[in-house]
Amino acid sequence: MVQLTLPKNSQLVEGKVWPKPAGTNRLTEYKIYRWNPDDGKNPSVDTYYVDRDDCGPMVLDGLIWIKTKIDPTLTFRRSCREGICGSCAMNIDGTNTLACLKSMDEVDASAVKIYPLPHMPVVKDLVPDLTQFYAQHASVEPWLHTETPAPEKEWRQARGDREKLDGLYECILCACCSTSCPSYWWNGDRYLGPAALLQAYRWLIDSRDEATGDRLDDLEDPFRLYRCHTIMNCAKACPKGLNPAKAIAEIKKMMVARQF
Amino acid sequence: MSATPGSSMRTPRRRVAGLGSARSGTGHFWLQRVTALANLLLILIALPIVIWAAGQEQAQTLAILGHPLVAIVLLLLIFSVCFHMRIGMQVVIEDYVPAEGMKVLALIANTFFTIAVGSAGAFAVLKISFGG
Repeated sequence: MVQLTLPKNSQLVEGKVWPKPAGTNRLTEYKIYRWNPDDGKNPSVDTYYVDRDDCGPMVLDGLIWIKTKIDPTLTFRRSCREGICGSCAMNIDGTNTLACLKSMDEVDASAVKIYPLPHMPVVKDLVPDLTQFYAQHASVEPWLHTETPAPEKEWRQARGDREKLDGLYECILCACCSTSCPSYWWNGDRYLGPAALLQAYRWLIDSRDEATGDRLDDLEDPFRLYRCHTIMNCAKACPKGLNPAKAIAEIKKMMVARQF
Repeated sequence: MSATPGSSMRTPRRRVAGLGSARSGTGHFWLQRVTALANLLLILIALPIVIWAAGQEQAQTLAILGHPLVAIVLLLLIFSVCFHMRIGMQVVIEDYVPAEGMKVLALIANTFFTIAVGSAGAFAVLKISFGG
């Protein structure tokens, strides 16, 4: 059966409470998941206090402030700090999102609780191992497939056909959607997950692509595609406001359409 | 999941490829929706009849349920619900039972159970209808 409890060595324990910075009373409390593969200890939740007078407004600003001013061992991915690289995806206040796009003031709870993306192997602290996620994306062959010899200039596309790619091409592969999906949690080894399927659909409806049938063949599988039960966590989580569930529903419609 | 990268020497792409696409699933997806629609329509017809029949004397109840039109609706309902139930349960089993042996056993049991329940129901309707 599905494993609902964590193995003993993965169970969370109370972590360290770091001292409050002196000389300020504008503080925001952070509770952050910590796990180090090298010390053999259970994961813990450490408590930090961020000086808001000395720090930017976003959750990521707070993390960087903690790493710089309090605890340099705190480990997380980040790069662009403007929601385009997808590096700082993590579970903040119970929802997967990008730390750089989430303001501390948006968090209703008294503390900003941060965990790594759910149900992925953890490399360290807030860094998940996304190897399989990337392999699933690669498996839908997210590039143009054509039989027709390439034209001298670009492949041409009608304006209306180009517009069909809006809401799909913007995906930054942060993995917030796939790791919020219960179906992906239980069957992530066989179900491709919302992110990979959104990209699959992006190429399925690209008017220039000539491998639509092959692409549908590869997806037509009880697990790869049909594990989606329209739970919609993906659409709720997506920090870019995209709707992977709708893209998956469109793929299913294409599957039915080619039967009749 | 690739929980421990050293646990398998297969590449991530190989693990995702698995045994390839089964080239199926659309049939079940479509049938689940068609039987859902059939269930809705048939329940809307059958429910008032059954409620009405339940309040009568036994002989009257049997006469209502045995009427050809009522019996056909009930048979269709049993057939549609059983189909819908089997596909739905199959999805639940596939979702939550990862162990291959247990999964196959559960899927077979699911089919047997559905056929048993369906034929018992159909037999009851036919018996009443043919006055046995």
